Amino acid sequence: MSELSVNHLLGIKYINEADIELIFKTADHFKEVINRPIKKVPSLRDITIANLFFENSTRTKLSFELAEKRLSADVINFSAAASSVKKGETLIDTVNNILSMKVDMVVMRHPNPGAGVFLSKHIKASIVNAGDGAHEHPTQALLDSYSIRERLGDVAGKNVVIVGDILHSRVALSNIYALKLQGANVKVCGPKTLLPKYIESLGVEVELDLRKALEWCDVANMLRVQNERMDISYFPSTREYTQQYGVNKKLLDSLDKQIVIMHPGPINRGVEITSDVADSEHAIILDQVQNGVAVRMAVMYLLASKIKQ
Amino acid sequence: MSQKVLLTATEINIILNRLACQLIENHTDFKNTVLIGIQPRGVYLAERIKKLLTTDYGIEAIKLGYLDITFYRDDFRRSEKTLEANKTKIDFVVEDKKVVFIDDVLYTGRSINAALTAVQSFGRPEEVELLCLIDRRFSRHLPIQPDYKGRQVDAINDEQVKVCWEENDGEDTVYLVKS
Repeated sequence: MSELSVNHLLGIKYINEADIELIFKTADHFKEVINRPIKKVPSLRDITIANLFFENSTRTKLSFELAEKRLSADVINFSAAASSVKKGETLIDTVNNILSMKVDMVVMRHPNPGAGVFLSKHIKASIVNAGDGAHEHPTQALLDSYSIRERLGDVAGKNVVIVGDILHSRVALSNIYALKLQGANVKVCGPKTLLPKYIESLGVEVELDLRKALEWCDVANMLRVQNERMDISYFPSTREYTQQYGVNKKLLDSLDKQIVIMHPGPINRGVEITSDVADSEHAIILDQVQNGVAVRMAVMYLLASKIKQ
Repeated sequence: MSQKVLLTATEINIILNRLACQLIENHTDFKNTVLIGIQPRGVYLAERIKKLLTTDYGIEAIKLGYLDITFYRDDFRRSEKTLEANKTKIDFVVEDKKVVFIDDVLYTGRSINAALTAVQSFGRPEEVELLCLIDRRFSRHLPIQPDYKGRQVDAINDEQVKVCWEENDGEDTVYLVKS
């Protein structure tokens, strides 16, 4: 097995365990590359990649752009705010216009779930989904699993709890798919209003009590409360949310074991986790960011190798 | 498919000793010299040479690293399969050092060309030399020649040189395989 089973990375749902293993093995090598004095390899020097961000992003966009540059790809950036999308152009027209400039790969973030899948049926270039609405964010889930593997040796058999706003989170869905694929046990924890109704059909357990969830788990992935996606009020107040679902140092110290704290960023300090937890040795938040570049390099390297000349 | 033996275990042993002595001739105590085995197959040869230099010739503290050239190859997207990488391990400084690349077979020279680019990611060596066990002299695509060579072989293109090592393949032998 030395090739991905897919030509696009649209979601974790569409890939298999062997794909994940191949991506991680390749990412190991890229992690070594990005720690060299010269952090660049010439692999993708004849590939052009367009970053299409129809929704705001800082770290994902930077991470992808850095990964592309470390692979020596040519990069063009596009953000919806400063484009003809505002003038009423359709998605396919926008992308086809960009592709006619001989672009080989598209990295896309879009507010609508399924935008990547839709696009893959209409265009030739390889597509990497960098987040589509509340649907999937595959590279985030991959770098999360990669970081767990790095810290704990393996993902299989580990207990992982995803805490917070599961309802609006693409990170949660992709993480659930990825963790289950690798044989981890997954629970979700959060206020009932922020848990999707049929979440158990994905093979995860629901735990409403944060303390019990933390006592059970090896890893807690703390999600951000996505106020921008909330059209109604899902909990009475931020203060009440923090009291019930926020992790602080006191709570961690009262557990009889060490657990790993993850966060996909950006952190609302003092809401889902306190500053002393975010900056403690429990947290691998900055490792996640560094691993993000290596994992994205691996994904783009493996996808590009399937674009034949 | 037929194969004939190019080098036996005894011959390989004699050659390795000669190569080790030639290295000592040029590098004496190896204070300013580092050895780099080219992944995947050059690593076995490099480890052998290092072991010889240490045990038989008493040269301590020889620095040996492995260099993987997958991400620097010029045939990315030209071959059918995805090129899979191997581990790179260079935990010493390359800057201003004399580097000796070690590979089992020198064929087209493209791997060494990639290695020359790759090693620059770790610094600017003072000079780079090349040691190989088998030199297929009529197959070169690039102006690259070995500084130390075990045996020169005039193999034609549909023939393959197969180097087997005790630690990996159960025997020390070099075969010429005809397809």
